[in-house]
Amino acid sequence: MRPVVAGRWAVISLPYLWLLLFFLVPFVIVFKISLSDIRLGMPPYQPMLQWVEAQMVSIQINLGNYAFLFEDPLYRNAYLHSLSTAAVSTFLCLLIGYPMAYGIARTDKSWRNLLLMLVMLPFWTSFLLRVYAWIGILKNNGLINNLLMGMGLIDQPIVMLQTDFAVYIGIVYSYLPFMVLPLYATLEKQDITLLEAAADLGCHPVRAFLAITLPLSMPGVVAGSLLVFIPAVGEFVIPALLGGPDTLMIGKVLWNEFFQNRDWPVASAVAIAMLLLLVVPIMLFQLAQGRQAGGHP
Amino acid sequence: MIGRRSFLITTLMSFGFAFLYIPILSLIVYSFNESRLVTVWAGFSTKWYAELFQNEQLLNAAKLSLEVAAINATGAVILGTLAGFALSRFRRFRGRTLMTGMTSAPLVMPEVITGLSMLLLFVAMEQAFGWPAGRGVTTITIAHITFSMAYVTVVIQSRLASLDVSLEEAAMDLGARPWKVFMVITLPIIFPAILAGWLLAFTLSWDDLVITSFVSGPGSSTLPIVIFSKVRLGVSPDINALATIMVGIVAIGVVATGLYLQHQERRRERDVQAALANHG
Repeated sequence: MRPVVAGRWAVISLPYLWLLLFFLVPFVIVFKISLSDIRLGMPPYQPMLQWVEAQMVSIQINLGNYAFLFEDPLYRNAYLHSLSTAAVSTFLCLLIGYPMAYGIARTDKSWRNLLLMLVMLPFWTSFLLRVYAWIGILKNNGLINNLLMGMGLIDQPIVMLQTDFAVYIGIVYSYLPFMVLPLYATLEKQDITLLEAAADLGCHPVRAFLAITLPLSMPGVVAGSLLVFIPAVGEFVIPALLGGPDTLMIGKVLWNEFFQNRDWPVASAVAIAMLLLLVVPIMLFQLAQGRQAGGHP
Repeated sequence: MIGRRSFLITTLMSFGFAFLYIPILSLIVYSFNESRLVTVWAGFSTKWYAELFQNEQLLNAAKLSLEVAAINATGAVILGTLAGFALSRFRRFRGRTLMTGMTSAPLVMPEVITGLSMLLLFVAMEQAFGWPAGRGVTTITIAHITFSMAYVTVVIQSRLASLDVSLEEAAMDLGARPWKVFMVITLPIIFPAILAGWLLAFTLSWDDLVITSFVSGPGSSTLPIVIFSKVRLGVSPDINALATIMVGIVAIGVVATGLYLQHQERRRERDVQAALANHG
């Protein structure tokens, strides 16, 4: 039995050690650096532990970065605005994604795979280029404005690019497959005889939907919403390309703090604060994932 | 009416698909536009494609991205398959909960956080042991493997969960060693999932901008980094041409893989039925 035990140990420990080193340890380092002071040089932060004399270690902890986040309204507004943008986008995603998932689940089996493939296909093409496509559609002399002006519906172009509206569109568009797929997975498994029974008993289809289909699809709604909401809070590319200069999203703030101001400690503090905001949704997501993955005998 | 789609659902569904595809179609159409002003149609032309293939910077970046994506996908498939196997076949081991967490958190973790944390790790490692020296292809590849292996794990795990354990148990009962069982029984059955995982990891790496920007160094600009710096300045027709080529390749790839997987699935079902018929 010796080689079996060794094999089992190897199968577990290889990915385990990789994830510990490259996924978990980095967060500890981010936390550590969020407590240090900025300095000139490379790396641009003060070490936390310093050998003062032979056996003395001085520990420097600086909570100033966090105090800074609280004092400057820029950060507070960025967090709030990111949360509200992500929430609105998630809701819009659900509004568009639910009928799609429902429709696909009610399509003949032979067509279902094709439709699912059509939902997935955009996901496989470049995310960056798909966001870029919306610039051409939304800008002042873009597709929509040209079309509306050509039809004589408007004389002045409607300003859409560099607004919150454009950011919503970008997020909904990019994350729609992540909403549709989990919804489809729960809707497809649903027992159609429940709806037949409801109809036999004289239940109106809308009521049957609200009383049966919707509650039964809640696991898909929760999983899809979290898959959209959590990454959307920290989104950088979409607000950078479609949002205006005053579109405050926390992902963009972190990016600028790091790449423009080169303030690594504050960027780390921004990241830790964002993680704290997202801890509850991430835990919920883990729970949903665990339940789904653990569903076999 | 039950079990069929109503008119309303069909309309909403069509709207959803139109929403998904109109932007992609607009990219394709305008890539053949003569005019530099992307949204004014001035006649058919393929000149932006010619321009694209003369752009050294884009071509070099594409080469680097292909290289990183291929190495990443292979590494992610190895680690992700091991992790998926461990999570679905070993019900109990120390730290299982932590491992589940570490393989599902990267799926939703905002990229700016992952990117920043990976960079700070690399800087700390370089200070402590002098490795990795500077940032470049190595650091990009390590970062990509770390986030894309989580996706592979999910794909492999869900495939293994739906796999009949009795096949593996039967082979064990007949005296096959676990390693042999894995190579002869499990691996061939989950091969389509491994292929899907490889392609997924490849695409994620090929496409990543944010994490790469944090961990790349001078001289290691991948394609998304070059595209982003161009796109930030506004629409440009050669990027439309590039997008059209990428959409074309992906469409062919996805359709081919889809057909292949469907074929495999049918063959598997036939085999299972044949095996059952022989026993009966």
